[in-house]
Amino acid sequence: MRWSIFGGVAALLMAAGTALAAESEVELPERHWSFDGLFGTFEREDVRRGYEVYRNVCAGCHGLTLIRYRELAALGYSEDEIKALAAEQTYTDGPNDQGEMFERPGLPSDPFKAPFPNEQAARVANNGALPPDLSLLVEARAGGANHVYGVLIGYEEPPADFPLKEGQYYNKYFPGHVIAMPPPLSDGAVAYPEGVEATVPQMAADVTSFLAWAAEPTLEARKRMGVKSVLFLIVFTGLLYAVKRKIWLGVKH
Amino acid sequence: MSAPVFRNPVVRWIDYRLPVFTFLNHELNEYPTPRNLSYWWNFGSLAGIMLVTMIVTGIVLAMHYTPHTDYAFESVERIMRDVNYGWLIRYLHMNGASMFFIITFIHMFRGLYYGSYKAPRELLWILGVVILLIMMATAFMGYVLPWGQMSFWGATVITNLFSAIPFVGENVVSWLWGGFAVDNPTLNRFYSLHYLLPFVLVGVVVLHLIALHRFGSNNPLGIDTKGPQDTLPFHPYYTAKDMFGLGVFLIFYALVVFFAPNLFGEPDNYTPANPLATPAHIVPEWYFLPFYAILRAVPNKLGGVVLMFAAIFVLFILPWLDRSPVRSARFRPIYKIFFWILVVDCVVLGVVGANPPEGTWVVIGRIATIWYFLHFIVLLPLLSRLERPRPLPVSISQPVLSGGGYAPAPARAMDKA
Repeated sequence: MRWSIFGGVAALLMAAGTALAAESEVELPERHWSFDGLFGTFEREDVRRGYEVYRNVCAGCHGLTLIRYRELAALGYSEDEIKALAAEQTYTDGPNDQGEMFERPGLPSDPFKAPFPNEQAARVANNGALPPDLSLLVEARAGGANHVYGVLIGYEEPPADFPLKEGQYYNKYFPGHVIAMPPPLSDGAVAYPEGVEATVPQMAADVTSFLAWAAEPTLEARKRMGVKSVLFLIVFTGLLYAVKRKIWLGVKH
Repeated sequence: MSAPVFRNPVVRWIDYRLPVFTFLNHELNEYPTPRNLSYWWNFGSLAGIMLVTMIVTGIVLAMHYTPHTDYAFESVERIMRDVNYGWLIRYLHMNGASMFFIITFIHMFRGLYYGSYKAPRELLWILGVVILLIMMATAFMGYVLPWGQMSFWGATVITNLFSAIPFVGENVVSWLWGGFAVDNPTLNRFYSLHYLLPFVLVGVVVLHLIALHRFGSNNPLGIDTKGPQDTLPFHPYYTAKDMFGLGVFLIFYALVVFFAPNLFGEPDNYTPANPLATPAHIVPEWYFLPFYAILRAVPNKLGGVVLMFAAIFVLFILPWLDRSPVRSARFRPIYKIFFWILVVDCVVLGVVGANPPEGTWVVIGRIATIWYFLHFIVLLPLLSRLERPRPLPVSISQPVLSGGGYAPAPARAMDKA
């Protein structure tokens, strides 16, 4: 009887899981990501192309303020490249000895510059909608990377008599299907290196990989340490079991 | 208590004046423990280890965290990205809360199954319920600190419950908030209390242990130990068994921390708190879901709040609701069935709490809530009168040493009356 109860509880928990998953209303595209699984890592080539997509397309409206230029070193950018990328932006700094604020080019220690100075400026430039900061987007959405990828490839013609207002778009993977962001990607929008075609799904996957890295740059360190820790613990626990067996040997209990 | 003779002269010198070594030897080494404890008895020491883990990781997090509405979210991300191994400390702490509750819930259901709350262990049980209450308060306030969307809206919903108090409700809520909404003063006081309460918890845990060591652990048979043939010294037998259990638990804990650290979390909490944007579904942490379901099962706000608190407070009087003299469910065939129904009922309440209060969920939630209280207030008192328990073994050592037979046998001369 006890096992049938355990079975029942397990079935209930699974039902709860599906109920929670159903809450997001849309079925997201299932894609295998290089950073999934126990040994997942970020494909540097994908993430670097994804950064190019972010820099040339997304950065016009979306900030990525938790990342500083120096962190691009983790993607394989050299110090000079990072300095050059940072210097493309100007930052207000100060006050100087005269008590004046001044403008200076960006440094590797600066965070990515937000495209709008404040929320009101962002809204007025975007038809009243606020483009969210993308630093944690992959962690902040149910479905994670699949959600981000889905939204980027999910634009299509709305079904007949689907009510859309001016400045709204139909997206089959966005909860509620109504999104204020115009389709951001189009084939060939970003200059890609030789051998990789800049199709919408390719760019969407690349920028999603980049945003997954931005959301948790420590993911690789975490999984590496995880494999070592769990292996150690399994051996250690095996030893503890042997010790326990030896101590209890001959004790009736 | 036989005074141990310590070989080390320094230890002997200290112990003569301050008998800490005698105390430790008595409580952790020779402490007589029933010889038949199963692995279900591992969860008490695991809970203690988890409390220490939470305090240690929490103190380190507090060194880097900034309790201000403008900086809290960013400071947590700073811990995740810039502090050396900050991600590890934070994931250990945030998943540690879930682990602590998993362990505590198993520990409590163990107590329910084997009747560990019965005389003479009523105060031990009551102190345990106090521990649960303090844990819940601490966990709730800790969840507010990262100042994400769920932090803010969870805090708003839960503190608003107190507005159901007649006449003074609104005033009480303003007093809790330190203002007219959940804001910086709320965050500051929650931080202060979140740091304080774990140490209060340590104090109550010490009382819990003193009460435990007065009569020793209950055991799967639920009968009293009758002499040295029924017990084993705590060390090395149960230290070894607890260590093995700890190893198994650590594997599970590590798998969650390293490979699914956000399993128990809500994605919405990675969006900074925004008082102007309410999330579609406000859900508390999973360990509050059964209570959340009870809260929402009642159409009346005050009624829901009262019932939710009653769901815990009923545990305080449990030793006097269940009057059956037999402790262990092994010898209570009907209680055993109702115990498992209660387990399922609590899981159902948790599932209901995770879902929006619409349609059939409302009905299921109400039935499960009624059953919860029916179990404690009606069924347990009735069962203690009506149920015919199976015959109890004479002593722990007897079924153990004579190969598991439960047939009554004359007490041996060694047994105390």
